[in-house]
Amino acid sequence: MSAVKQMLGGNIRQYGIVGALFAIVLIFQFLTDGKLLLPNNVASLIQQNAYVMILAAGMVIVIIAGHIDLSVGSIVGFIGGVVAIMMQHWGWPWWLAILAGLALGAVVGTWQGFWVAYVGVPAFIVTLAGWLAFRGLAILLVGVTVSIGTQPQFVAISNGSIANFLGYIDNRDVVTLVIGALVIALMVFSQLRSRRIMQSHGLAVEPAVAVWARLAVLTVLVAFFAWTLAGSRGGTPIVLIIVGIVIVTYSFVTRRTVFGRNVYAMGGNLQGAMLSGVDTKKMNFFIFVNIGFLASIAAVVTTSKAGAAVGSAGNLYELDAIAACFIGGTSVSGGIGRISGVMVGALIMGVLNIGLSILQVDPAWQQVLKGLVLLLAVAFDLNAKRRAGTR
Amino acid sequence: MSYTTTPYSAQPSAPHAETILEMRSITKTFPGVIALQDVNLAVRKGEIHAICGENGAGKSTLMKVLSGVYPHGTYDGSIVFEGSPVQFRNIRDSEHHGIVIIHQELALSPYLSIAENLFLGNERSSRGVIDWNKTNAEATKLLAQVGLKDSPETRIYDIGVGKQQLVEIAKALSKDVKLLILDEPTAALNDEDSAHLLGLIETLRQRGITSIIISHKLAEIIRIADRTTVIRDGRTIKTLDMKADAVTEEVLIRSMVGREMGSRFPTRTPNIGSEVLRVEDWTVHHPIQQDRKVVDNASITVRRGEVVGLAGLMGAGRTEFAMSVFGRAYGTRITGRVIKDGKDVTPHSVGAAIDVGIAYATEDRKRYGLNLLTDIKRNIASASLKKVSKYGVVDGGAEAKVAERYRTEMNIKAPNVDVVTGNLSGGNQQKVVLSKWIYTDADVLILDEPTRGIDVGAKYEIYTIINDLASAGKAIIMISSELPELLGMCDRIYAISEGRVTGEVLREDANEETLMRYMTMENDTDQEVAR
Repeated sequence: MSAVKQMLGGNIRQYGIVGALFAIVLIFQFLTDGKLLLPNNVASLIQQNAYVMILAAGMVIVIIAGHIDLSVGSIVGFIGGVVAIMMQHWGWPWWLAILAGLALGAVVGTWQGFWVAYVGVPAFIVTLAGWLAFRGLAILLVGVTVSIGTQPQFVAISNGSIANFLGYIDNRDVVTLVIGALVIALMVFSQLRSRRIMQSHGLAVEPAVAVWARLAVLTVLVAFFAWTLAGSRGGTPIVLIIVGIVIVTYSFVTRRTVFGRNVYAMGGNLQGAMLSGVDTKKMNFFIFVNIGFLASIAAVVTTSKAGAAVGSAGNLYELDAIAACFIGGTSVSGGIGRISGVMVGALIMGVLNIGLSILQVDPAWQQVLKGLVLLLAVAFDLNAKRRAGTR
Repeated sequence: MSYTTTPYSAQPSAPHAETILEMRSITKTFPGVIALQDVNLAVRKGEIHAICGENGAGKSTLMKVLSGVYPHGTYDGSIVFEGSPVQFRNIRDSEHHGIVIIHQELALSPYLSIAENLFLGNERSSRGVIDWNKTNAEATKLLAQVGLKDSPETRIYDIGVGKQQLVEIAKALSKDVKLLILDEPTAALNDEDSAHLLGLIETLRQRGITSIIISHKLAEIIRIADRTTVIRDGRTIKTLDMKADAVTEEVLIRSMVGREMGSRFPTRTPNIGSEVLRVEDWTVHHPIQQDRKVVDNASITVRRGEVVGLAGLMGAGRTEFAMSVFGRAYGTRITGRVIKDGKDVTPHSVGAAIDVGIAYATEDRKRYGLNLLTDIKRNIASASLKKVSKYGVVDGGAEAKVAERYRTEMNIKAPNVDVVTGNLSGGNQQKVVLSKWIYTDADVLILDEPTRGIDVGAKYEIYTIINDLASAGKAIIMISSELPELLGMCDRIYAISEGRVTGEVLREDANEETLMRYMTMENDTDQEVAR
C-alpha cells in the first residue's frame, strides 16, 4: 500500500517536472504568438542548448556522487581554443583536431580526478582551481579570438543539418521523419522488452495499460517533435544526433552499469559503499575523467557554433549545467538524480532562453527570471520530498 | 570516567494518588496507517513511569504527541497536565509547561561549549549581549546537580556520549522541568554510564521530578520504574505496578509481544567442522593517534558451522578488530596475518576481503550498512554486483529475482523489493543487511551487534537466521554488548579488553561473571590468556 504510493510519488515528481516544462512551453507559445514552436526556432533551441545537455550528463553523475564541478565552463574555453589552434595554426584536419580535443578532455579530467580521488582535496576546491586555471590558459592560448575559416565541416557540427538524401514530402524533410519513426520504434521495443524480461523472471510488472499509455504519450511527443523539425530550414541538426547519443549512453550508464550503480551507492551512503567493497577512489577518479571528456565534446560543439574560439567561451556554462541538474530533481546532497529529469531541466532552461529572446527581453532580466525558476524548482522539489517523507 | 552525585536532602516521595499527566484516548493516524489508537496513559506525580513495546508499537509517536512535535489538532483525544487540559502547538509550548523531552539522537551542538549548549535558545544575556560570568556560574551549578565535573567551557565534541546525556538532563533542569521524557537514554551508553544515568533519574525522583522513560532494556525498567505501560500495535495493553505485581522480564516480554516466548534464543545442535579462518598476531593502530594500539596482538580462530562471540566493553576494540580484518576498513599500521582455509589471504581492501569470502555486517546499519535512499533490491545486490552483472552491465531482472528470493526467505516485511530501505523498520533493515552479506557467498560472516535497536520478536528471527547460517556450514563471528545474547547463541566466546584477547570460554563454561572478569582485565595486571 505505502509502496504503491511511494512509486506513484516518485513518478509524480518526475511528471511534475515534465508538467512544468509543458506549462512553460505553453506560456511562451502564447506570449510569442506561436513563434516558439516554429520549426526553425525548435531547431535553434537544440543547437543553442546542446552544450547544456552534454555538460549536464556529466554533471549529474558528479552531483549524485556527492561532488560538484565548477570548472567545466573554463575547460570548454580551454579545449575549444586548443582545437581551433590545431586546425588554424597547425593545419590539422578537423577530425584529427576533434579526436585530440576529446583526448585532451580526458587528460584534464585525469588531472582533476587525481586531486579529488587520490589526494583527497574536496572537488569544490579542485574545480574552483580548475575554473581559474583553465580560463587563464584559454585566454593565454586564444588571445581574443581564433576564427575557423578553413574547415567548414567543423563549423557544420553545430550549425548544419543531416544531408537530405531522401527528398521531401509536403515540404517536410524525410530523413528527419525516418529518424523520428526509428526513435519511436526503439522506444516501444525497449519498453516492451524490459517488461517481458521482468515477467520471465516472475516479477511483478506495471499493468499493461500504464505501459501503453506512457508509450502513446511519448510517441505523440516524438512524432510532433520530428514533424516540426522536418519543417525547419535544414531538418535534423547534426548536434541533435550527438546529444541523442550522449543521452542514450548516459541513461544506460547510470541505470544499467555497475559504474552507475556505484555512483548512486556512494552518493547515498559513502561509508556504506566503501564497506560494500566499492573502490571509491577509483570511482571518484573516473567520475572526473568522464566529465572532462564530456566537457571536451561541449567544447567542440561550442567552438563550432561560434565558428571561432574565444577566450571567454564557455563562461558560466558550469552554472547552466548545475542548474539543469537541480531543476531536474537531482538531490543537492547526492544519491538521487536521473538523466531524463536533468534533460528536462536543461530543456526548461533552454525554452526560457529562447522564449525570452524571441520576446526581446533584456538579458539582465532573463538572468533574473532564470534565477527565480531555479529557486522555485528546488523549493518545489524539497517540499514534495518533505510531504512524501511525513511519517 | 568517574562521577560523583551531589546528595540531596531526601524529600518524602509524593503521595501516590495525585496524577500529573493524563493522556485520554489518543488516536493519531498517518496517511494509510493508524499509529496510535485510543491510547490512554496516566502518570503519577513523582514516579518513574516506563513505556515499553516493540519497535513501531507507537511509543515515540505518543511522546511526540505529548511534547507538541505533533501539534494539537493533528490527533484525536485530550491531554490533561497538572489538572488542566492543555493544547500544545509546538515544543516551546510544552516546555513552557515544564515537559521536556530528550531524544534518542542527542540535540547538542558539537562545537559549542557545555554552557553554551545548556542555555541555547535561552541565553543568559542582557540586551542581546551574553553575560559569560552568569552563564558559566549557572552552568556549573546545573552540572553539579547531574554529577558532571567537567568545566562548563568544555566543547561537547570533547566529551563522551554518556556525559552528553547528562548535559541534556542539566539542560532540562535549567528549564524547570516537571515531567522529563527520556527516549532510549541508555541505548548508546556503556554499563557504567548507564548505571550513573539511572541513578541520576532516581535522584530526580526524590526531588519530585516525574520521569517517563522509554527503553528496550527490560532489566533497566525493572530496576528503576515504579509503573510500566505496555503498548502494542498502537494500543495500550496494560499498566503494571512493578513492585505490587512483582513484574519480571518474562512478564514484560509476554505483554509486549502478546505471546509466550518459549525461549529468547532458538536452539541449534552444533555441527562444527574444520577451521575456516585464523587471525594471527593482529595489531592495529588508531587512524589519527597513530601511536595508540587499538588492537594488540590478538589471535582468534573460527571453524565451519561455529558461532564465535566477541565480548568486550565499549571501546575494547571489538569493532575495530573486525573492521580492520575486513580489508583494513579501519586503522593504520596494521600487522598480522589472516589465514583462510590454510592460506594467507590477508586482505588489503574491502573488495579483496569480499573476494576471499569474508563479510562484515556493521553495528550501525543506517550509517554504514545501507543506502537508505534506494530500494531493497539494489541494497541486497550492492556488495555482489559482479554476480548480477556481465561486462559491467547490471542485469536488473536477475537482481530483482535474487532480492525477491531473500524477501521471502528472510521474511522481510515489505510488499515488494522496490520499497526504499529508509522506510523499513529496524528489524527489516537488518534483514536486508544480512541478505546483502549472505548473497556475497561469504564463508565467514562477522556480525557486529546484529540485534541492536531491534524489537524482541525480530531479534528471535535474526537469531534463527544466524543459526541457519551456522547449520549450513558458515562460520559466524558475532559481536554483541548483550552478554545474555552471546551466552545464548555462541559455541565459544572470546573476551576482549583494551584491544587484547583476554580470555576464551567454551559454551558450557561460560557465564556472565566469568566473561565480565576477562572483559575487565587490565593491561598491567593479568597477562595470562585463559583457556
